[in-house]
Amino acid sequence: MTYLAKPKLHHPSLAQNKVCRTRRDYEGRVSTLCAGCGHDSISAAIIQACWEMDVEPHRVAKLSGIGCSSKTPDYFLGNSHGFNTVHGRMPSVLTGANLANRALLYLGVSGDGDSASIGIGQFAHVMRRGVNMVYILENNGVYGLTKGQFSATADQGSKSKKGVVNSDTPIDTVSLALQMGASFVARGFSGDKQQLVPIIKAAIAHKGAAFIDIVSPCVAFNNHPGSTKSYDYVREHNEAVNRIDFIPTREEIVVDYAEGQVIEVEQHDGTVLLLRKLHRDYDPHNKIGAMNYITKHQAEGEVVTGLLYVDNDAQDLHEHLNTIDIPLNTLTAKDLNPGRAALDKINQRLR
Amino acid sequence: MSQQGQARSGGMNAQLKPQSLTATNDFVVKFANVNGSGSASANELFAKAILRMGVPVSPRNIFPSNIQGLPTWYEIRVTEAGWLGRRGGVDLMVAMNPQTWNSDLKEIEPGGYLFYDSSKPLPASRFRSDITVIGMPLTEICNATYSDARQRQLFKNILYVGALSVMLDMEPAVIEQLFTEQYKGKEKLLDSNVQALHLGRDYATKHIGRIGLNVKRANQVGDRIFVDGNSAAALGCVYGGATVCAWYPITPSSSLAEAFQSYCQKLRVDPETGKNRYAIVQAEDEIASVGMVVGAGWNGARAFTTTSGPGVSLMTEFLGLAYFAEIPITLINVQRGGPSTGMPTRTQQADIVSCAYASHGDTKHILLFPEDPKECFDHSAAALDLADRLQTPVFVMTDLDIGMNQRLCAPFDWDDTREYDRGKVMTAEELDAGRDFGRYLDVDGDGIPFRTYPGTHPSKGGFFTRGTTRNAYAQYSETGPDYLYNVHRLLKKLDTAKTLVPQPVIRPAAAPTRFGVLYFGSTSPAMHEALEALEAMGLHLDALRLRAFPFSDSVVEFIDAHDQVFVVEQNRDAQLRGMLITELEIAPQRLPKILHYDGTPITARFITAAIAEQMRAGSRA
Ligand SMILES: Cc1ncc(C[n+]2csc(CCOP(=O)(O)OP(=O)(O)O)c2C)c(N)n1
Ligand code: SF4
Repeated sequence: MTYLAKPKLHHPSLAQNKVCRTRRDYEGRVSTLCAGCGHDSISAAIIQACWEMDVEPHRVAKLSGIGCSSKTPDYFLGNSHGFNTVHGRMPSVLTGANLANRALLYLGVSGDGDSASIGIGQFAHVMRRGVNMVYILENNGVYGLTKGQFSATADQGSKSKKGVVNSDTPIDTVSLALQMGASFVARGFSGDKQQLVPIIKAAIAHKGAAFIDIVSPCVAFNNHPGSTKSYDYVREHNEAVNRIDFIPTREEIVVDYAEGQVIEVEQHDGTVLLLRKLHRDYDPHNKIGAMNYITKHQAEGEVVTGLLYVDNDAQDLHEHLNTIDIPLNTLTAKDLNPGRAALDKINQRLR
Repeated sequence: MSQQGQARSGGMNAQLKPQSLTATNDFVVKFANVNGSGSASANELFAKAILRMGVPVSPRNIFPSNIQGLPTWYEIRVTEAGWLGRRGGVDLMVAMNPQTWNSDLKEIEPGGYLFYDSSKPLPASRFRSDITVIGMPLTEICNATYSDARQRQLFKNILYVGALSVMLDMEPAVIEQLFTEQYKGKEKLLDSNVQALHLGRDYATKHIGRIGLNVKRANQVGDRIFVDGNSAAALGCVYGGATVCAWYPITPSSSLAEAFQSYCQKLRVDPETGKNRYAIVQAEDEIASVGMVVGAGWNGARAFTTTSGPGVSLMTEFLGLAYFAEIPITLINVQRGGPSTGMPTRTQQADIVSCAYASHGDTKHILLFPEDPKECFDHSAAALDLADRLQTPVFVMTDLDIGMNQRLCAPFDWDDTREYDRGKVMTAEELDAGRDFGRYLDVDGDGIPFRTYPGTHPSKGGFFTRGTTRNAYAQYSETGPDYLYNVHRLLKKLDTAKTLVPQPVIRPAAAPTRFGVLYFGSTSPAMHEALEALEAMGLHLDALRLRAFPFSDSVVEFIDAHDQVFVVEQNRDAQLRGMLITELEIAPQRLPKILHYDGTPITARFITAAIAEQMRAGSRA
């Protein structure tokens, strides 16, 4: 198991970030999830990451589907607009929202039932469109909200609380996202905040479709021995490919790791990600290599975590569509209406 | 004109029968073609030429749900009186498809004409004795003139247009002018088309001559334009300020999104940066397309999708969300024959109920019913305003008949001082000034609450949108009173909608009557003609053209003022009538139904006969 050293901040709840906010400003309503649910740890990591990234909470749009995981946007960034949409279809709503206003930060939160079962189509398409977002999948291998049925990421051969054995092959959402064209793909573990927070920060800085699959144990229905989505299993089988430090550009980058062990990943906004390699051969810019690596380790029962793939030159949907830089929702009749004279010309051509 | 002179002196090979139809500017021509033979543009050219001679035409495409090889028809009603509905019957059949020969032949009115390709002579026994048969060896002429296979095929179409122009005494200069416009900058194509036209004309002048039907220059078109409803609706969305369009291909709506794309490319590109002031996404399915529209609407952009029946079925879960979470979205439903794949390339008005009540639970949506392309334009722009004002889904209910057929209609009109109605949106300034913001608070008593766009204010006005019940301040709630507050407020909003939607158009009969007729959408032109025919028979009816759901109070008043109101619709189950009965609590026997739903557009003849029969039966009873 790999943990980074604790962050240098001693009393994060008192300190203010660059946009003059304390960590508390990033909190939401009190969670109603089961005590110990991995999803709550993820909410905490999101809060931490947004605070550290100096994100203005009200400039975030949080969207989700339906499920325990999809309820979580209510539990962080209380001052931002949230949208709990329909089961499995958050990606399309997020896409539309992003088209309407490209200036906000889009945070999509989903569950494995939501994204890998009913919503697998939308999941695939939002990745291939390159929608600029951070897509977090809180992966517990079960349907939590409907009480313990298998999701499409459930282990083959595992037994549900009701005693049914799952005969289907699980879907690996990370491989799927890579295949579909996500330009930032990572996997984290809700129980490893030190690794998770920098991953979320890097995803926020990334322009394009950023996907983070986070193994998030469901203590109510899927935390038993034998489940690859339980706390114990992940702790014992976590294979981290790298550790991340996230460094804003303007600060001098000090690298004190051994040569060959650290890679700098520059993001579109100039921020730099420092990746400390744990595995010499691991290159997060190599998509095919990443796929092979994940598949190989998965076969060995290991859960590969870290930043698995990043394309620094990714284009987002707005670039594909060549839309203007200002948000479409700010355009007025003056900008949008071609006017009577143009209409008269059209009329003339139709005679 | 010299060509006319020539035509008249030409041989009258057609050998008109004594009882042959004669008519000027009032007849129906139908072209029977094979899909993919390139006939569509020739047929349209023919229609436009008549229009340019100042004579109204009303064409209809009748095509299969298949790309190549199957039969396709193009029916043109030439109508100096200006009737734009289908009349029924055919006076001149241009039978270019051997596959449908027998049924095409049957459709011809007694005394009518059959024009066919006589390259392979047909036995005389196959012709009807009460029609005039005109053969022209089109294939033979083309094969002798052109070596290229595609040219042989394409110019056959131009050849028959040329021949028809002689038979009907049309001005060739008008057709040549249309070619000039069409092939601007492509001189070679222009020349070869003009050549083919004259090849056809020369043959017809020599061997056929004029028939009893003819087109005479008139002055009945005025400043009207000739356009299809899908293009018109697309342009309405441009003028109405739509910036996001997400769609999934489905006949007969696809050309709407495609037209929106091409209008945007011309009219919505930022001149300085060359960047687009719009975003169009072809989604992976209708669930995603409406989902994107919901997301964009939630985030303050004007967004629409375009679809047809099966697409609406897929969208229903999101429609419930948009209704309950109060998100403005616009949908243009170009209806086709259902249920299921039904008749995908034929017309119906059969999604009325499925759209009005789309989704689970108690939902009601706004429907607008345009009668022609002009109203497709107006209603699409209005729908975007209404959606924002009412914060709810708004459907523009067109159909294949209006959507995919060019129709003569009033020119598009726009008031440059018109501002978009963005509805009740609270700004950062208002929030700072201390205005109370409750996302679902009915501040004005009209059922419509205020909203804020995401990103508006650092500490005020943020809220959580969800499909579950909440209180007036958008806080999650499952209590009965909060639920009732919401659903009752939504009804109040619908009451407000009644006053904002396009109001019915009422046309009183020439004499006082206890009968009325109610109709909507594409039935309109056939209805106008039927009303006149009925009037001529001494059967008086006051008419109401419905333009929206929820029903305005004037609909109730109209029905109350008559003993019986015929409800004319193009579906099997009298869907709108059913809604009038349940929504307005009207006794069913007061609303006799007139239904036409075989997939072809309703005709004036059909309406006239059906109403006349029922009225007479009623007076006998
Ligand atoms: C169309 C539709 N079908 C089914 C449901 C019921 N449903 C609610 S949540 C859920 C599964 C949630 O599972 P997951 O996404 O894995 O989230 P978790 O609760 O495990 O975090 C289902 C099937 C629904 N809300 N909508
Ligand atoms: S049921 Fe599982 S997923 Fe849902 S809140 Fe409880 S622990 Fe979390």
